[in-house]
Amino acid sequence: MIEAVDALFHGFNVALTWQNMLFMLVGIVLGVLIGVLPGLGGANGVAILLPLTFSMSPTSAIIMLSCIYWGALFGGAITSVLFNIPGEPWSVATTFDGYPMAQKGQAGEALTAAFTSSFFGALIAVIVLTFLAPLVAAFALKFGPAEFFAVQLLTFCSFVGMSREGPFKVIASMMIGFALAAVGLDTVTGQLRMTFGINEIIRGFDFLVAVIGLFGIGEILLTMEEGFNLKGTSAKINPRVVLETWAKLPKYWVTAVRGTLVGCWMGITPGGATPASFMSYGLAKRFSKDGAKFGTGQLEGVVAPETAAHAAGTSALLPMLTLGIPGSPTAAVLLGGLLIWGLQPGPLLFVEQKDFVWGLIASMYLGNVVGFIIVLTTVPWWAAILRIPFSIIGPIIVVICAIGAYTVHNAFLDIALMLWFGVVGYVFKKLDYPLAPLVLALVLGDMAESAFRQSMILSQGSVSIFWSNWLVGSICALAIFVMFWPLISKMIPGQAKRQQAEAGE
Amino acid sequence: MNLERGTISTRTMEITVALLIMGLGAVVMYDSWRIGARWGEYGPQAGYFPFYVGVMIFAASAIVFLQAVFSRKPRQPFAEPSQLKSIMTLLVPTIIYIGVVYAIGIYIASAIYLAYFMRVLGRYPWRTIAPIAICVPAALFVLFEIWFLVPLPKGPVEDFFGY
Repeated sequence: MIEAVDALFHGFNVALTWQNMLFMLVGIVLGVLIGVLPGLGGANGVAILLPLTFSMSPTSAIIMLSCIYWGALFGGAITSVLFNIPGEPWSVATTFDGYPMAQKGQAGEALTAAFTSSFFGALIAVIVLTFLAPLVAAFALKFGPAEFFAVQLLTFCSFVGMSREGPFKVIASMMIGFALAAVGLDTVTGQLRMTFGINEIIRGFDFLVAVIGLFGIGEILLTMEEGFNLKGTSAKINPRVVLETWAKLPKYWVTAVRGTLVGCWMGITPGGATPASFMSYGLAKRFSKDGAKFGTGQLEGVVAPETAAHAAGTSALLPMLTLGIPGSPTAAVLLGGLLIWGLQPGPLLFVEQKDFVWGLIASMYLGNVVGFIIVLTTVPWWAAILRIPFSIIGPIIVVICAIGAYTVHNAFLDIALMLWFGVVGYVFKKLDYPLAPLVLALVLGDMAESAFRQSMILSQGSVSIFWSNWLVGSICALAIFVMFWPLISKMIPGQAKRQQAEAGE
Repeated sequence: MNLERGTISTRTMEITVALLIMGLGAVVMYDSWRIGARWGEYGPQAGYFPFYVGVMIFAASAIVFLQAVFSRKPRQPFAEPSQLKSIMTLLVPTIIYIGVVYAIGIYIASAIYLAYFMRVLGRYPWRTIAPIAICVPAALFVLFEIWFLVPLPKGPVEDFFGY
């Protein structure tokens, strides 16, 4: 406990240089911009900007990129409340009550509540991360290859178990990610895999290109299809509205705490911010005495999803830092960044790269405070950017995506691949194939495979290594339990009834 | 439910995509088997892990395929003709754009691409189009070539100016 506080103060020393503060500011502003623009989100925004950080020091780079992430989390709320367009998937639940409030002329209150709850959720999640992460990392130092593979198995099984899409689509999507990760030169045997004589793809498929295509171009195609006509409301935030809203918020502390807990839990186990925000909204609706009025513009209906989304987004970095397993697509992109900067994610990071880890954690405190102030003071600008017609902003975003894809390897082929991934992303979204497992598998594919291979070599090819001691055995058992959770929960009598009731709503 | 002519139904699309993914799974299995998917002298061969990935791709998409074929859900549109048309108005110029980037570099290509969209989709007058179509690529040029020193694809026009 004391050690963590010491380390944190050391982290503040690292983060509080003027360069890092500047990167933080740039990151937040870019992040909010990315959050409000259609087709650019946390994951592909960070992916596009990642190549620009190759020459920076890893600490400054991660501070800037993680601040983009916080900015995008804040930015999503602006579009949801003012335009009924969730800028990010995790802000969908914010539109339910945020937009009706804006229509009633309470946009300022809704936005203040959204930002304040985001800030609250994120802050608690960072505190949890500060004290929990070193413990998890210390524990994970005992892990061998079999345990690492088991933890990855748990990650992927929980995607299958917790998905709203059918389990087979999740598996298909995830395995495509693994297959794409395997393409190219196999570093262990030196053999070429699935290149079919094409020299250009010996390098393999880069996940950054995939992320830019799947999320960026795919989203632009969806926007084109739906037609882009904005009917936004204007927002005025003045200090009086902010103070009045703050006076009302303490009433909803139970909702806020519940949302934060749901968010932290869903962020650490890779459920992600999106399901966390829906779950928190659903719980608030059930337990609130005003539950029946939800959807008509209740302040509480904004507080619930925003605390959860931000708490989940923040705590998703915990497994990324301690185990090298990201809890969300954006965390996956940041993890890819670590590898590119030459850092090996995992428990050793806490031993060998103290400056980096604690600088990042300290920047999370600072970044959220700075971000909170920035979004509160600059809302009208962002709303104005949203009013730029799609026929101007759409092609600009495509151009930016193309540049982002090219700069990853200075390869022209990547721009063409990006477009392919864009079409795939569009079709997958429309057919309910989830994209997050594909991206995570593409990022983790090589690590999962090498953990699997090392375990197999240790055990001379016997799969029994995955239940050879209590640690690996219990992780594997948990993985299987989580994967079949939808089936198991049906067998529990009370649970089945509750689920039917939920489905009937 | 009768769908408008030219509409692709969700069921058709589900089946097509599932078949394509099954094909992908088969390719993965085939190539992994080719390079060796068994236990080698020193451990698993290069195709060991990907082979089972291929098996799972094939199996999972085969189930999705069967679910779609025997689905009793009412027919739903995947995309109406008008929607397909607006997708194509973005997709076709973007494919051409990428070809042009390859030929003459990204800056000039982007200027043409932006101008095309604003003219055809937005129906803006040229005096609105010109500043945006020129300033955006110029700003990108300054940002990448001068500030961050990241070279992007260039062509004869940039050569002329000495870059």
